[in-house]
Amino acid sequence: MSAAGGRAASAPLVGGAGEPTMFELSAPGRRAAQLRATTVAARAIEEMIPAAHRRLDDLETADLAERDLVGHFTRLSARQYSVDLGAYPLGSCTMKYNPKVADEVAALSGLAHVHPAAPASLTQGWLELLVTLEERLCAITGMAAATLQPAAGAAGELTGLLLIRAYHRARGDERRRVLIPDSAHGTNPASVTLSGYEVTTVPSNERGLVDLVALEERLGPDVAGIMLTNPNTLGLFEEEIEQIAALVHGVGGLLYYDGANLNAILGRARPGDMGFDVVHMNLHKTFATPHGGGGPGAGPVAVGASLAAFLPGPRAVRAGDGFAWATPERSIGRVHGWHGNALVLARALAYIEIHGGEGLRAVAEHAVLNANWLRRRLADVLPAAYERPCMHECVLTASALKEATGVRALDVAKSLLDEGFHAPTVYFPLVVEEALMVEPTETESAETVEALAQALERIVARAHEDPAALHEAPRTTPVGRVDEARAARHLVTTEDAARRNGLR
Amino acid sequence: MPTYLPHTPAEDEAMLAFLGMTSMDELFAHLPAAVRLAGGLDLPPGRSELDVLDDMSALAGRNAAATMTCFAGAGAYDHEIPPVVRALASRSEFVTAYTPYQPEVAQGVLQALFEYQTLVSRLSGLPIANASLYDGAAALVESLNLAAGAQGRSRIVLSSGVHPHWRAAARTFAAGTGHQIEESPLVEGVTQWPTAPGEGVAAVVVAYPNYLGYLEDLDAARALADASGALLIVAIDPVAAALVRSAASWGADVVIGEGQPFGTPLSFGGPYLGLFAVREDLVRRLPGRIVGETLDAAGRRAFVTTLRAREQDIRRERATSNVCTNQTLMAVTAAVQLGWLGSQGLREVAERCASGAHELFERALKIPGVAPYAPAPFVREFALRLDRPAREVLASMAEHGVLGGVAARSLVGEGDASLSPGGEDVVIVTVTERHRAPDLDAYEAALRAAVAR
Repeated sequence: MSAAGGRAASAPLVGGAGEPTMFELSAPGRRAAQLRATTVAARAIEEMIPAAHRRLDDLETADLAERDLVGHFTRLSARQYSVDLGAYPLGSCTMKYNPKVADEVAALSGLAHVHPAAPASLTQGWLELLVTLEERLCAITGMAAATLQPAAGAAGELTGLLLIRAYHRARGDERRRVLIPDSAHGTNPASVTLSGYEVTTVPSNERGLVDLVALEERLGPDVAGIMLTNPNTLGLFEEEIEQIAALVHGVGGLLYYDGANLNAILGRARPGDMGFDVVHMNLHKTFATPHGGGGPGAGPVAVGASLAAFLPGPRAVRAGDGFAWATPERSIGRVHGWHGNALVLARALAYIEIHGGEGLRAVAEHAVLNANWLRRRLADVLPAAYERPCMHECVLTASALKEATGVRALDVAKSLLDEGFHAPTVYFPLVVEEALMVEPTETESAETVEALAQALERIVARAHEDPAALHEAPRTTPVGRVDEARAARHLVTTEDAARRNGLR
Repeated sequence: MPTYLPHTPAEDEAMLAFLGMTSMDELFAHLPAAVRLAGGLDLPPGRSELDVLDDMSALAGRNAAATMTCFAGAGAYDHEIPPVVRALASRSEFVTAYTPYQPEVAQGVLQALFEYQTLVSRLSGLPIANASLYDGAAALVESLNLAAGAQGRSRIVLSSGVHPHWRAAARTFAAGTGHQIEESPLVEGVTQWPTAPGEGVAAVVVAYPNYLGYLEDLDAARALADASGALLIVAIDPVAAALVRSAASWGADVVIGEGQPFGTPLSFGGPYLGLFAVREDLVRRLPGRIVGETLDAAGRRAFVTTLRAREQDIRRERATSNVCTNQTLMAVTAAVQLGWLGSQGLREVAERCASGAHELFERALKIPGVAPYAPAPFVREFALRLDRPAREVLASMAEHGVLGGVAARSLVGEGDASLSPGGEDVVIVTVTERHRAPDLDAYEAALRAAVAR
């Protein structure tokens, strides 16, 4: 067997000292900026801006030479884990390889340098791109129409809930509650509150799935809908989805599909065929647009035909031989300043076109294969919370390990960093004690997944021999375990606050 | 079938065998038959990435706007982005990371966000800034939620000088939150505030400068907020902010803005960068992430996302916002761009924008059929009233390779309170530091030809 390509234990770092802030590197009078020779005559500020509006003091930002600026951000980048560096099995976040071709797509001058208010006649390429992506996303999810405006998954959730609200209201139907499983992402209940509905939590059963009896007890004519992630956050497919759909539709409610885990079912199943009415997609997960250290993402929302009239507008549509903007008849309005995270949308379309239907199915298959292989491989090391076939991720529990050794999921996660891997998601979903949510993704090789398993084996073995060592992990990272409580207690969120607090 | 999968067929087989399976179908056998997709997705067959890149290039080639001299602004600005900023901001360590859940291996992004927060704090004059929101519109929406929560009230007095699309987004989300948004009209380009605002106002919101480019009287906005016991929310243009009084010095409690001008290309409107800063005592109501400085186990300086108890993954339905993924890469980019500009460079860019705008304004007014829309002062963007519909004039100018501005009416619905009746004749014009004298000459010639038609 060859070595594991996704293990980052050899990541080179020199020195080991901390990096000064750009403000510490700053010296008044130093500068990097070289502006073009301008031939527009400079005017005195006094001629342009009335005294009452003029800045009272000089704005000080940071003053660096270009060489130092490059050194600073390059060194910061060396203190940062990334998908390009190694495996990133952060469950639910789908940290798969981001194809480089998409960087070139996003850099195309004809896409990147287009003003969003330019008339449709001058932006036909962009409109065609948006229409094509909408059609592809509808084909993938089995829905009728979509909005591309939401900038991230949570924005998609809120948009979807407002669509559900508008749908009910248009029928003169005021509803009050939205059901959410106890395993749901935290964004779900937060979005429900912002949409003006109340959350009713539905417990999971002993199989990790929606408890149908509990669901039925909570249903009523005041239920606007249910938000489900399928596969759910435990990585398990809601096998009784048809019954759930029948029950919720039976009281006039709608089904909302949280697309966080759509990557698991590409080409194998479609939310539309499961009975979902509204679907959001996280393009940065499923279609591998880079996560940017925490955004940008993109969270388009697709709907069935009965909700299409409520979609946000304007939407790019086909118009004769070309493309135009149109706002749906009963649109809920805008949900973004312009047309959505357009360059992220372009990247996602490129990914879809490269893969085609078969390629996307292979993506889901290998994501599920890797996750199940890892789950089975670790059965005697860190057992899965639910010992049955999973989809693209599995939730392991360190509950028994904690009882035996005092070593917690957090310690396992921190120790994994020393092994040259990013940690899994920990303590989520909340329904599993000492949860470690592992999503290997399809782009990690068999060798890498095996190396990850071996690393976890070593960590568990060490937990039994020398648990104290694990409490002190990580040791090989740019900084050791970070004091989060101190950060909240002594709040310092800017350089100026650090100076005031005597930290500089 | 191109893919990015490392698995060899033999490995597929071996991994399946380990699970006691012989085909991929078995991995999905527990899905109910009725929802299993037979026949695959209805998509065109996959193609090599170079072929797809060719197609995307062809699409890009059909965006004529990309090659024109751009005088369009109205919330999206065509500034220089130097090679060094593109190079640093496209480092894959920043691009392919995620939210810094493991701070020990995310000090790069965390420290860059700390630096970004410092810069936004200095630009706004307020002590606390978050780690970004989606865009200016999202910042407005979140600021209204913050104000309503802080004041325990639901009425919002919103200047119609705030960008029309942001106001539209605020109205959309108010359907869920129940905020009552009352828009104050623009008269001669500046806000006419209500004289008796009444009870229950959570926030007074004003843009400085407003979307037509005009500088508003923030003393009046502050006085209204004081009289109503409301928070004052000010939407800033962060480039103009280098020249005009800081929002905080006018008494802003919350500052929002669009950070796209700092290193992010026009991008057809996204991804952009929502700026958000608040007074110290509002920090626990802050939406989105915030990075704080702390120590590691060995007493070394370290950075970490803090005050997480506000966030949706912990507080769930009682969270201050539902924001999870935000726009970190744009925030990092803004820190790099501001680092490149430096204090002096930022001021020079703003001065160049303003100088060019004032020169173009004067030259435009010499053209018969072109008049100022309002007499109010402006910084780097202004509105003109034309004797023909702005859309037609802009279409004519485009024939000369000039994107001559944004038709105000294209941003607003019928009867919007920001424009005098009709408003079809109003164009918003922006000048940036990218424009040189020949560009201004070209603008003048194109406008003259278009208006004369």
